[in-house]
Amino acid sequence: MKLLTHNMLTSPGNARGFPLKIEGATVEEVETDFNAEFISRMVAKLEWDALLGALQQLGVAHQLPSAVPDKYAEDEAFLKALHHVLVEVEVMEGELVCPETAKRFPVKGGIPSLI
Amino acid sequence: MAAPLPRVEYPLAADSAQVYEPSDDTFLLMDVLQAESPRLRESAPAVCLELGSGSGAVTSSLWASLQLRTPALFLCIDINPRAAATTRATCALNGVRPADVVRADLVHPFAERLRGQVDVLVCNPPYVPTPPEEVGTQRIEAAWAGGTHGREVIDRLLPGACALLSACGSFYLLLEASNRPDEVAASVRALGLEAVQICARRAQNERLSVWRIARARATPAPA
Repeated sequence: MKLLTHNMLTSPGNARGFPLKIEGATVEEVETDFNAEFISRMVAKLEWDALLGALQQLGVAHQLPSAVPDKYAEDEAFLKALHHVLVEVEVMEGELVCPETAKRFPVKGGIPSLI
Repeated sequence: MAAPLPRVEYPLAADSAQVYEPSDDTFLLMDVLQAESPRLRESAPAVCLELGSGSGAVTSSLWASLQLRTPALFLCIDINPRAAATTRATCALNGVRPADVVRADLVHPFAERLRGQVDVLVCNPPYVPTPPEEVGTQRIEAAWAGGTHGREVIDRLLPGACALLSACGSFYLLLEASNRPDEVAASVRALGLEAVQICARRAQNERLSVWRIARARATPAPA
């Protein structure tokens, strides 16, 4: 599970079950081709604080600012740092916890089970 | 032109018996997506989602057909844990990226965050008429068991799936004649979307069709 995908997941049937807290995670880093336009297009879809929270829970070091920069589409250093955390950091094992109900959802083999 | 036929990677030897193997319905959907790929490429999709991805063959074929200059995020959902694992392995084998697989019932975990965000949505639902009690497992039967008229899962998935479609998004839904496709299309229209049959094919005893669902174009206000 990439952090880009994590940013799109809500506890099923619970509109306030976001963001899911990540616990006990095993993380792998997988090198992926950088495409500035793709990352730039994803920015508008992100919940920024949820992304920063996930990074903190995983203990992944990063150079992202506390808010999205104004001219992010022209800021290659920013887009590259974002590319790394969105698509190169992979949560392989662990648990996702609903912030509303504390219901737990496992991640196994890189696949979260939101059932 | 026949659609790209991806190789399927089963992570475990037993998976080939626990995951729906690409069949006539799968190939029809792949062919339709291949034929649609010029218009889809034109729309520059950012997010593609397959509901009920099974082996991962359709998403892998779609990825190969699209040949996107700017990548899109490919998301797959399956309720069967072995299908989810097989989709992940097949996508990796065929170089689909960035891609992720989520085990879920319908699109529920994406209902909030991907509302109005999905540009290409694909679903080959469990459409085979079966006794209702066969519906709702998390094993291979989930790939085909559709209950009464083969419609039970289709009826349940439509509202949530349609809500994810972006303004220019296209939702490709495969149906079989026993699903009474005209009734399904009427349900889609009742949700305020358009549904058009774009392809039909006979396959043994099945009469398959693929429908394209999209948000209705705003009609100009009367002068």
